[in-house]
Amino acid sequence: MISLVTAHYYIPMKSLFVLITLAINYLPLLANQTSTSIETILAIGPEGKGNSRASKAWEELINQPDQKTLMSIFGAMNEAGPVASNWLRSAAEVVFKNLQEDQKTSINTLGEYFLDKKNSSRARRFAFELIKRNDPEVAAEIIPGLLNDPSPELRRDAISLLIKKGKSLEEEGKKNSAILIYRQALNSAIEANQVKPLSESLKRLGAKVDLPKHFGFLMRWHSIGPFDNTNRNGFEKVYPPENEINLESEYEGKSQAARWKQIESYDPFGKIDFNKPLGLLKESVAYAYTEFESISSRTAELRLGCKNAWKIWVNGDFIFGRDEYHRGQKIDQYKMNIQLKKGKNTILVKACQNEQTEEWTVQWEFQLRICDESGVAILASNREATPVKDQSERRSRRPKKS
Amino acid sequence: MITTNKVLAFVSVLSLSQIASGEDWLQFRGNDHRGISLKSETPTNLSKNNIAWKIPLPGRGLSSPIVIGNRVFLTASSTADQSRLHVICANKDNGEIEWERQFWATGRTICHEKTCVAAPTPVSDGKNIYALYSSNDLICLDLDGNLKWIRGLMQDYPNASNSLGLASSPIIVDGTLIVQIENDSDSFVSGINLKDGSNIWKLARTKKANWTSPIRLNDKEVAIQGSEGITCVSAKSGTVQWSFNEGASTIPSSVTSADSAILYVPSNGITAIKPRKDNNTPEIVWQESQLRPGTSSPIIVGDNIYIINRAGVLNAAKKDTGERLWRLRLEGPFSGSPVSSNGHIYVASERKGVFQSIDINGKEGMLRGSIELGETILGTPAIANNSIFIRSDGHLWKISNPK
Repeated sequence: MISLVTAHYYIPMKSLFVLITLAINYLPLLANQTSTSIETILAIGPEGKGNSRASKAWEELINQPDQKTLMSIFGAMNEAGPVASNWLRSAAEVVFKNLQEDQKTSINTLGEYFLDKKNSSRARRFAFELIKRNDPEVAAEIIPGLLNDPSPELRRDAISLLIKKGKSLEEEGKKNSAILIYRQALNSAIEANQVKPLSESLKRLGAKVDLPKHFGFLMRWHSIGPFDNTNRNGFEKVYPPENEINLESEYEGKSQAARWKQIESYDPFGKIDFNKPLGLLKESVAYAYTEFESISSRTAELRLGCKNAWKIWVNGDFIFGRDEYHRGQKIDQYKMNIQLKKGKNTILVKACQNEQTEEWTVQWEFQLRICDESGVAILASNREATPVKDQSERRSRRPKKS
Repeated sequence: MITTNKVLAFVSVLSLSQIASGEDWLQFRGNDHRGISLKSETPTNLSKNNIAWKIPLPGRGLSSPIVIGNRVFLTASSTADQSRLHVICANKDNGEIEWERQFWATGRTICHEKTCVAAPTPVSDGKNIYALYSSNDLICLDLDGNLKWIRGLMQDYPNASNSLGLASSPIIVDGTLIVQIENDSDSFVSGINLKDGSNIWKLARTKKANWTSPIRLNDKEVAIQGSEGITCVSAKSGTVQWSFNEGASTIPSSVTSADSAILYVPSNGITAIKPRKDNNTPEIVWQESQLRPGTSSPIIVGDNIYIINRAGVLNAAKKDTGERLWRLRLEGPFSGSPVSSNGHIYVASERKGVFQSIDINGKEGMLRGSIELGETILGTPAIANNSIFIRSDGHLWKISNPK
């Protein structure tokens, strides 16, 4: 790119005048063009609809490698869907690359976008990475301040630094200092692959960690079953709990009467195991029900880990279902947007066990938590202390809430 | 006096001729899915001197490199949850990165820890590259990295995923991009419009996890392999032409003979089937239960079929009869598939990334050479212009004869 300072040596005065006149008249059009191109990309639909128009719009965007275009693209990422975000991201990547001669200014503008936590988490992380490309030292200075950032990826970097620091203190024999640093890291950690090692480090040093509360796993449920799942037909079949929740009711089950029973999880990662109340059954369906008191009406994410076929309802509304068996389970495997009501919210989980008999198909369980978009736990106002096995055996059998 | 335009025209012609003269490797197991490069004079007595270059990669991957003209293209996935998708373009001669594009996964990224989101190999028609990921993001870029279209197939079909990860590599037949997304829930194979990524057709498939890749049978037809067997479909319309219903593996993929007359299916060991002109059930030419491939797909070179079993033993058999010829224990285990050129088979082991060349010219197979690349390698090599390209989670290597 030729800057104006060098370019004027090659442009006669008359031509320069024409260029200035064109620029004055054309710049608003260019800005308008950027806006139109972005709107075209934002308008893409499912199954490839709008891709041809988006491709042209993408070319138009990258052909305007200026800061205004770059920041317009970043601004649009705040409202873009997942696929449109990728169109915009790659356009921004090319535009930024062509801005290299203007690095400082671009850092300042991108920096403002990055610092504003109202902007898209992923786009802020992208802005940070572009800043880091140009000035790694500044980026390194910024990282420790990202400990409670809404962007999980930004937060992760800051937590990694603390983990490193904690390890170093531990190696120096400064146990209490290490515990303090690990605690600080854990308070901000939201991803399982950081929480787990932090928890292990703290336990190793004799400190207690309440993992279910940290994640916000729902630990107390009512379960009912077994219903029939021969030939995997139970996934689609509607059993009584899908029509009514009456914890006193009894229904005809697969081989015995099905009654609601209270179950608690003692698992640090909140696994609710149907094999415990029902036995090691195959080709069976079970349901789990709980109530979640929310202090306000708000959006939230329901995050599930499950290796059985499952369905979920919140406040009677079907959220999602999936008929896959024994292919893998992990924390936050499925993320679903939900709307919590102020006060009582009901959650019903259906989990189906299939016919497989291999050792790795014994599991008939799920783990469920409610959190915000970043993954920070949202705790129910009626949440009780995390169940502890010995104490729980002495509990009364009155209905429990999560 | 030579004008600037004439110079530019000459450079353009030169550039095109460089591209045209090369032997490209456009997809998983090469241009015809047979894993063979006929023209390349690849190194056989392997040593560290054969490593022409090695470049670091931004993320993990099981996908193979593809080679177009003087560029190597590769996918990768990074970050703690594998949600960052990469497409990389490197100069074939020196390994310098020419461009890189990054995208956010729009579908679930969960997979078995051994595999990763960048498992399928991208495919090219020589003009564009089409990169598919286990998150079901399908991305089309031109060779200069300009974005042509994107599909978020899991956005469109939310249950089209496999919690162990997907790995099927897309192919192009009859101007149609064929993607096979088979899993326990929403399973399908689809013909995608190369121009805009829209569906031309979509065919529901058996709900069963499957990691095999579609195979080009001829200029018009594709073999789709699954647990039930083989389904032959028209690439243009998705119309089913014939079926072979005796079951097939869901991991190693089939391979065709050089004239595409016979399809060698990992089914009850290996079953060689011959499609009929009337589209009735194919004729079974032979079946050999002892030729049971592990994860690697079989390869046909000359008169023989070669299979690597779960124990890491390379088995040779006659391709016309299935008669077993010889066995050679290699340093395994293997996840990637073998490829061949210059009278040798090449394959890299998972552990330590031992890249091995096996001489298949004699009555018995013979290990001709090996290089320990020192990293876990799960992918299949690519061959182009006398060179072999292979990747690990950390690096991409070019292996060739020293100049």
